[in-house]
Amino acid sequence: MARKRSIVDLCLTPKAEIPTGLRFAVSTLMWLLVIGAWSLATYGGFMQEIFLPSPTAVIAAFFRLFEDGTLGQHIWASVQVVVIGFVISSIIAVPLGLLMGTFRVVQAGLEPLVNFIRYLPVTSFVPLFILWIGIGIEQRIMVIFFGTFFQQLVMIADVSRGVQKDLINASYTLGATRRDAVLHVLAPAAMPGVLDTLRVTMGWAWTYLVVAELVAASSGLGYISMKAMRGFQVDVIFLAIAVIGLLGLLTDLVFRLLRMRLVAWAS
Amino acid sequence: MTAVTALRGMPAADPIASATPVAPRLRIEDVRLEYTTRQGKTVLAIDDISIDVPDNQFAVIVGPSGCGKSSLLYLVAGLNEPTSGRILLGNEEVDGPGPDRGMVFQSYTLFPWLTVRENVEFGLKRRKLPQAERDEIVNRYLNETGLAAFHDAYPKQLSGGMMQRVAIARALANDPKILLMDEPFGALDSQTRNSMQKLLLRVWEQHKKTVLFVTHDIDEAILLGDRIYVMTARPGRLKEEVVVDIPRPRSLDMVMDPEFIAVKRKILELLKNEIKDDEH
Ligand SMILES: Nc1ncnc2c1ncn2[C@@H]1O[C@H](COP(=O)(O)OP(=O)(O)O)[C@@H](O)[C@H]1O
Ligand SMILES: [Mg+2]
Repeated sequence: MARKRSIVDLCLTPKAEIPTGLRFAVSTLMWLLVIGAWSLATYGGFMQEIFLPSPTAVIAAFFRLFEDGTLGQHIWASVQVVVIGFVISSIIAVPLGLLMGTFRVVQAGLEPLVNFIRYLPVTSFVPLFILWIGIGIEQRIMVIFFGTFFQQLVMIADVSRGVQKDLINASYTLGATRRDAVLHVLAPAAMPGVLDTLRVTMGWAWTYLVVAELVAASSGLGYISMKAMRGFQVDVIFLAIAVIGLLGLLTDLVFRLLRMRLVAWAS
Repeated sequence: MTAVTALRGMPAADPIASATPVAPRLRIEDVRLEYTTRQGKTVLAIDDISIDVPDNQFAVIVGPSGCGKSSLLYLVAGLNEPTSGRILLGNEEVDGPGPDRGMVFQSYTLFPWLTVRENVEFGLKRRKLPQAERDEIVNRYLNETGLAAFHDAYPKQLSGGMMQRVAIARALANDPKILLMDEPFGALDSQTRNSMQKLLLRVWEQHKKTVLFVTHDIDEAILLGDRIYVMTARPGRLKEEVVVDIPRPRSLDMVMDPEFIAVKRKILELLKNEIKDDEH
């Protein structure tokens, strides 16, 4: 007779499922540990308030900036930059990436170049962008674009390359033209992968935000955190970081829902 | 006589089909196929095969794995070009893929974003048939393959056997001149496989299309085929053509019949020698 396996046994078995309750407990525990350590360091007086704000200080900063309306303004400014940069990038990268993964000529033409550019640090281009397009919102959008576009291109080309060739062959034996095969087989087959790529690169777009707003911005979450640094307002820096994180989480959620709605047929 | 039987099985609503009198004969003439690997080496997959499949015949190819069966089917489908030799369907030389040669693949190739109905409709849409006519044809083939109840399901909701049924319906709905099938039941459990064989026998005995069917299951080959082409190990050559004279309609319990067993013994012998030859 098989004996019921103990929790410890399950925890130590590679890839074994553990009870849902335990999973949530462990996840919550980790958060509590981090917040607990933070509280201990600040309330316990181990860290100076000027370097590490207490949880309550960050919450207070939130209400302060929220009530005078500035937080909303800065969030809106940042959302604009990220979304516009991301959308422009995606509009070009999705079709171009699909072509790159589908037609060997396009691949031969673009791949070496793109692979070179995508490893160049975005930060090193900021001075150049400022020189070329000034210090307006366009410059910030450009940073987001530059940070996401080449990654998207490579990832979407991979998605398209991963489409099972026999799907396309099957369509040919059913009378599809090459055009049909691209529009009615390759494009829909790549949809789930494209949405996954968009979700992941959207997260990266958020991480470029502070770089984009580092120089010469007059609003945005990156901007307030730069300003706060000069005024030693660590609580505001923490707040900005937390808000960026939450916004990233939110867009991630949106893409997950979108994927469930749009490509419910995918397993 | 063949013209009459073929016409009876053709979809009447399809003007193109009723203009085609018989499923034409398939001739594979001196076909050789070399692959060039990424390392630049050439691999001889098919070495000079000639096969002549008469009209409205169910032809089966058996042979050891890796002997070039799939490769041969891809050549007939026009999805690949022979290094030398040619393939004729009727009087026309095969030049690229086309809807006159339907194919059921070894891997599952349903379009996962389309429902069962939309999958079967795919070829008809490419031909730009009007909606009413498409519906009529799709419904007929869904009924024939026992899929009517699943017409709105997506492929991921189907079992392997169901998926291959849809693949068969999808190929047939397009009314091809010849149906190519590459181990379509190879991945199914034996019970599902038997029910699929029964289904295919029933459907085929109705339509009498020319079929080129690849399998490594000898029982399946004898049960379904009018003639069986036994191939050698790689590079694939035609070892022998075995005519199966078991009367139709056929049924699964015929596997116990003495004439069935006689054919089976013959094919096993041919394949056994093949493996021995290979070991030297
Ligand atoms: N694209 C390819 N490039 C190189 N070799 C191939 C390719 N496709 C098939 N082959 C080789 O050709 C031989 C025949 O393959 P295949 O037609 O798939 O055999 P079968 O269907 O009889 O198992 C095998 O040895 C296989 O490794
Ligand atoms: Mg094969």
